[in-house]
Amino acid sequence: MTIHRVLAGVALAVLCGIGTACGRQSDVRGGGRGPQHTSVPGAAPTIHLVSEVSAGEWRMPAGDYGNLRYSTLDTIKTTNVMNLHVVTTFSTGVARGHEGQPLVLGNTMYVVTPFPNNLIAVDLTKPGGAVRWIYEPHPDPRAVGIACCDVVNRGASFGDGKVVYSLLDATVVAVDAETGEEAWRTRVGDINKGETFTGAPIVVKDRVLVGNSGAELGVRGYVAALDLKTGKELWRAFNTGPDTDVKIGAGFHAFYAKDQGKDLGVTSWPSEQWKLGGSTVWGWISYDPETNLFFYGTGNPGVWNPDLRPGDNKWSSTVFARDADTGDARWAYQVTAHDSWDYDEIMENMLVDMDFGGRPRKLLVHPGRTGFVYVLDRETGELLSADTYQPTNWASGYDLKSGKALEDPAKQTHFGTVTQGVCPSSTGAKDVIPSAFSPRTGLLYIPAHNTCMDYEGIEANYIAGTPYLGADVKMYPGPGGYQGELVAWDVAHSRKAWGAREDKFPVYSGVLATGGDVVFYGTMDGWFKALDARTGTELWKFHVASGIVANPITYLGPDGKQYVAVYSGIGGWMGAVAFPEISADDPYAALGVVGAMKDIKKYTAPGSTVYVFGL
Amino acid sequence: MSSVCKSLGALLSIWAVLASAPIAQSPLRVCADPNNMPFSNEGGDGFENSIARLVARDLRRPLEYFWLPQRRGFIRNSLNARRCDVVIGVPAQYGLLQPTKSYYRSTYVFVSRRDHRLRIDSFDAPSLKSLTIGIQIVGDDYNNPPAAQEFASRHIVQNIRGFTIYGDYSRPEPQRDIVDAVADGRVDVAVVWGPLAGYYAQREATPLDVRPVAAVAGKSGRRFVFDMAMGVRPDDTALRAALDGVIARRGDDMRSILRAYGVPLR
Repeated sequence: MTIHRVLAGVALAVLCGIGTACGRQSDVRGGGRGPQHTSVPGAAPTIHLVSEVSAGEWRMPAGDYGNLRYSTLDTIKTTNVMNLHVVTTFSTGVARGHEGQPLVLGNTMYVVTPFPNNLIAVDLTKPGGAVRWIYEPHPDPRAVGIACCDVVNRGASFGDGKVVYSLLDATVVAVDAETGEEAWRTRVGDINKGETFTGAPIVVKDRVLVGNSGAELGVRGYVAALDLKTGKELWRAFNTGPDTDVKIGAGFHAFYAKDQGKDLGVTSWPSEQWKLGGSTVWGWISYDPETNLFFYGTGNPGVWNPDLRPGDNKWSSTVFARDADTGDARWAYQVTAHDSWDYDEIMENMLVDMDFGGRPRKLLVHPGRTGFVYVLDRETGELLSADTYQPTNWASGYDLKSGKALEDPAKQTHFGTVTQGVCPSSTGAKDVIPSAFSPRTGLLYIPAHNTCMDYEGIEANYIAGTPYLGADVKMYPGPGGYQGELVAWDVAHSRKAWGAREDKFPVYSGVLATGGDVVFYGTMDGWFKALDARTGTELWKFHVASGIVANPITYLGPDGKQYVAVYSGIGGWMGAVAFPEISADDPYAALGVVGAMKDIKKYTAPGSTVYVFGL
Repeated sequence: MSSVCKSLGALLSIWAVLASAPIAQSPLRVCADPNNMPFSNEGGDGFENSIARLVARDLRRPLEYFWLPQRRGFIRNSLNARRCDVVIGVPAQYGLLQPTKSYYRSTYVFVSRRDHRLRIDSFDAPSLKSLTIGIQIVGDDYNNPPAAQEFASRHIVQNIRGFTIYGDYSRPEPQRDIVDAVADGRVDVAVVWGPLAGYYAQREATPLDVRPVAAVAGKSGRRFVFDMAMGVRPDDTALRAALDGVIARRGDDMRSILRAYGVPLR
């Protein structure tokens, strides 16, 4: 226990340098941070972390800058997790999809609800989810009609004594963590142009980094940096358009020839289509303090008809590395050029230093929507490996020399023609829901889907008074007939170590890995599960009120005991089919996923509960 | 939270008043976009507003609106949520609801400046390869205007300019920009749904040529002419029958309204 306390102190010492409200653990002081690497107890000797992982509190969306969703806490472990029980539950009051995760700072838990995006501060020193205060931002209700896939929020970050998060109406707010007073509020995007914000911002030094959503409506993706003190926008880096807009300059060095050249964000599109080119940033942002680079993936390109946008359509479906101070791009790797399947690549980019291919490498691991796990050198953007973790047939693999996918032309979609049996479907082999990585096992835990699709036009649809032609996208379980799987992926050897299948529904909850060698995740039909991180053996499960599409966290309570918390509230893109008003007969509802999700109403119903478990 | 609850409460109290009011006929509750000229707006200026008034008068029912932007979930959150009972203008083949008899048929049109004398009515016009062409697009939302595929299959893509169909919703005429772009020369020609094009073409200082898309040869299912109907819930056969009656009695008056708004009728 003491060693973990010390490590918690290390984390706090670093974080307190930029924050003020350092909570109950601020009396614990550890030594300074190592010159280059951080390690955790029991970690494989060749595995090092880029920043301190969670060790008591939970201060940012993934718990750490490297997006590992790993906590060193080990009181709850494989030998006692079967004794886990509910300690507290409370309602957020909003029965919509609860993606994201709470923060825990000191003795307070902070919960961001789905729209209307209230922030609830809960006093952990008192039993029963005692509310300290609720901040109600009252975002513009028109945003609800604009958001594509439910009205979710993916969580908050902490810095400078403030809890910072996005509102659906494309606004970012900072709230005093002690008082619940609004510190600032900045309108970054414009809902009148179709932008909404659902992603979680992160705080890096004195900046807030945040990206936009809304590619369904033809917006143009970007990341923006806001001043943590004032909320003032400092810069904005677009993902389409000329190099000046994309912040590509002299310091930009893409590894592959396919990603090199001037103004590719313009020239890889017909005419001026980059202006409506999608490529939004609604997923996760990670950060490497050593190189001061942040990493994120971009969404798929607009418009939907790929025949209308010949070219690579840069910088859609791309992993970017940017300088955290200036936003200048350091490198970019386009995962899929000219996407014709709706494979956004806004997934988590997990940062870890470990041996790979026979020598120590600084890795970025990106479990893709495409069905491939991409391992890149995060200093250069070189693709070191790309291997499938779910049934995949749009490409047979990647050419590591050119960085290009080896695509099957028969699986490309064209409007007006039928393309059958494309795997994965548009929801991907995973969606935005994040993976975890344990430095003790060297395994990446991927919440995966196994769905394929048939794609065809054309049916009459109408939007804003105008008849349109809509594509009919039918999704169904892929080879093997199961729908979901928690995949444990051996990063060093680029192979699956084990998988825990879910027959009925995709795994659409995030994953938590812990120092107790336990992996936690939830299912859409409401089971919260603990598996042995090394073997995949199910050790414990508990049925919660509503399906889980959120990400579990763990923390030390005021009593020094370890707790695990997760939201229970079905929703999000796939989970929205559980809502009573979404008809399983409506082929357009929830963007085509009803085919894969038509049974979900039998198994769960909307909810709004925060569960806390302990021994 | 609380604001949502308040508006819900307000809605319920309106219901209560209406339910107890001594009105012989229940109101005709129309689902409509509050900012979508020339179809509808909150001020009642659109042709669908005019047609709704005509229908309500004919049925001797008071007219009420439930306003919601016509985006994803519009039918689900208005008609199917039973906040209103009829959508005034939808494609007759639109599968999400029960259509009435069609009361007009319109077409996508080519719009260009009259002084440019382009006279284009076919996607095979050779000049389309070099002209700058505007079309309205949606985003990555599984939807396309029918012209998108015609151009793509002819490899006419470099000279396409996309306009979002949603436009800038903070302005009073979000969909107007594509017709303005023809008038002010940003594009040479645009392919636009007739009701939109006809209405705004009348309002440009520059005379515009509005020309229906000629029948497209071959290729399955690409359609530019749409039969338009009213739409009700699948189980609401009584209202559908009543509306079919109005369309039978007053169809000519409806089409007069459409002509007054410049809607090209086929």
